[in-house]
Amino acid sequence: MYITKILNNYFYVLMLMGVKLEESKVVALKQIEKAPLPKKVIIPLVQHIGKACKPLVNVGDYVKVGQKIGDSEEAISAPVHASVSGIVKEISVKETPLGKQPCILIESDGKDLWYKFNIPKVNELSKEDIINLVREAGIVGMGGAAFPTHIKLKSEDIDTFILNGAECEPYLSCDYRLMVEHTDEIIKGMRLIMKCLNVKMGFIGIEKNKPKALQLFRNKLKNTNIRVVALKSIYPQGAEKMLIYAITKRKVPSGGLPLDVGVVVNNVGTVKAVYDALYCGKPLIERVITIVDNKPRNLLVRIGTLVKDIVKSNKEKLVLGGPMMGIAQATLDVPIIKGTSGIIFLDKIAMDGEPEDCIRCGKCVEVCPMNLLPSYIAKYAKYDKVNEANGYNALDCFECGCCAYVCPAHIPLVHWIRYIKKKIEKCK
Amino acid sequence: MQITSSPHIHSRNNIGKIMWNVVIALLPTTIAGIYFFGTPALIIIVTSVFSAILTEAVSQKLMKKELTIKDGSAVVTGLLLALVLPPTVPVWIPIIGAIFAIAIVKHAFGGLGHNIFNPALAARAFLVAAWPMTMSTFSFDGVTTATPLATLKHGIKASYFEMFIGNIPGAIGETSALALIIGGIYLIFNKIIDLHIPLGYIATVFILTLFADPLYHLLAGGLLLGAFFMATDYVTTPITKQGKLIFGIGCGILTVIIRVYSKLPEGVMYSILVMNALTPLIELVTKPKPFGYKK
Repeated sequence: MYITKILNNYFYVLMLMGVKLEESKVVALKQIEKAPLPKKVIIPLVQHIGKACKPLVNVGDYVKVGQKIGDSEEAISAPVHASVSGIVKEISVKETPLGKQPCILIESDGKDLWYKFNIPKVNELSKEDIINLVREAGIVGMGGAAFPTHIKLKSEDIDTFILNGAECEPYLSCDYRLMVEHTDEIIKGMRLIMKCLNVKMGFIGIEKNKPKALQLFRNKLKNTNIRVVALKSIYPQGAEKMLIYAITKRKVPSGGLPLDVGVVVNNVGTVKAVYDALYCGKPLIERVITIVDNKPRNLLVRIGTLVKDIVKSNKEKLVLGGPMMGIAQATLDVPIIKGTSGIIFLDKIAMDGEPEDCIRCGKCVEVCPMNLLPSYIAKYAKYDKVNEANGYNALDCFECGCCAYVCPAHIPLVHWIRYIKKKIEKCK
Repeated sequence: MQITSSPHIHSRNNIGKIMWNVVIALLPTTIAGIYFFGTPALIIIVTSVFSAILTEAVSQKLMKKELTIKDGSAVVTGLLLALVLPPTVPVWIPIIGAIFAIAIVKHAFGGLGHNIFNPALAARAFLVAAWPMTMSTFSFDGVTTATPLATLKHGIKASYFEMFIGNIPGAIGETSALALIIGGIYLIFNKIIDLHIPLGYIATVFILTLFADPLYHLLAGGLLLGAFFMATDYVTTPITKQGKLIFGIGCGILTVIIRVYSKLPEGVMYSILVMNALTPLIELVTKPKPFGYKK
């Protein structure tokens, strides 16, 4: 209907979406600490979106830090590397944040011996070289999605690159500390990516609640082809589609990817890893995470460090990631993987009582960044009505959690939507 | 370790908070009603609220459901019903009205979240149909008089100032525009309602009565009570943003038609009830397109 089309545009232009969350950036002002070398690490053979790697080493082999220990011949995959030097003790299925996966357990010898790698000549790298080196370093999206970065860098017809420094989830401040402490390295990594994609215009999106980061980047990028954009501090501003719309006003099509509108987005941690790989030859073997337990801090940890070895808390809920989209864990006996951005201990279920019937208040509709009707999709999910739920565009939901956050009836909306999304995908 | 689905934090919203905030927003107009109409108004209000709570408890017990009187929704319905009654009705009117509103209009249709019609307004419509003389007798200062909208039909107008502060005959909660506007601002400020419906409703009435006296129409009758408290009822109005606007505009059009072209002085009640019936259709027509929708 024509009238609804006008009304639709009018309401969306105001971008009244998302929720204002309490930022709780408890450790934003503390410098990144370096974790002591772990005694053992468990490296899952799949830490990314895509196919699992096959192990390249055997039990009993001695490996050095940065040595490739798993790889795959599939297109959508990324290799994994040893994050400590020592002996491979086990190759078996273990509990990881992504469920039970085959893993390589390495017992550290405490010596931290690094594999010798060649430091590439950065100025002589071609697009293919950059893509190869990024792949060989095992770099995946470190904002949480863990998509293999080298595939993103293969995109054609890109005219904009956006560095995602939004970090909209409460508690997390690892990206912020990286931006403040490694500003130059991030800019260098970003320029390499822009060269690889043949992009003339770059943007850095940083939420307004991080004025120091904004200032640092602005000072270094005055009058360059990289523009620093201050973003509204609202959740989920850091979600890819929302970020691209805020900066370029382009809408990623439903079911599509940012490359469909000529944009590539990368997280701050990913770009820093690209710098480490291409300027120092270091593969992805450590990352900064925000830990919120009895002693909150931002910690530089080796990939594969077990959560139980570095945290201490008496709270009953452990979330890996941010509090809005992270995954609750059943045990502390899981390793930190490439996509883990935070380890957060929360009080037991932050909800009062049982879910009630939907009162049609419309708050979920108001906050949904994808303009969906979460209340209806959840209702259809409850009654297994797959076609109706698909008719309400359930597959467009990226599970940000805004709807369940505001629901006064405490309905687990995201849970229901996830359930029906899986059913719809199975039916397709 | 406790495992639940994301998100792992919550805004601490709950139904009780919303309902009790509506009660607070209705306090100015309740107090104004008792001030202008005296003890009879107080009796009607108290009777209505208690009847509503009792009826809800009995209904839920009979239907073997969990008692939810604590969430305050029965209190809101009871209060709203009392506020749309003339101050001179006998005490059995609010009792019957509350029973009808809660047991029939709300619970027989599925309970909170499932009723089609606004319980307070549907109960009032029932009372008007069953006891028309009792329900259209308005008195003021002990004298039976006509409301500003009724006198308008004969070309006699009340003063704007009197209508603004509430010194006029009418239903208990509809006379004081000032009290209602305070309540409305409280609701909007606390994000209980958003502007789409009240603004759509009031603006439409304003524009459509520009040929006659728009300010008079805004201040008279149950428009402000209806626009801020009845037409914004979550359950019986569209859930989509555009739908809310269409709902408000539809109510405005119907209200003006009834007021100007029918023999009835007031159209708010019937217009809202008709739009309640159209809500599912409005939602179907205003189904939002997701972000990045391509044809």
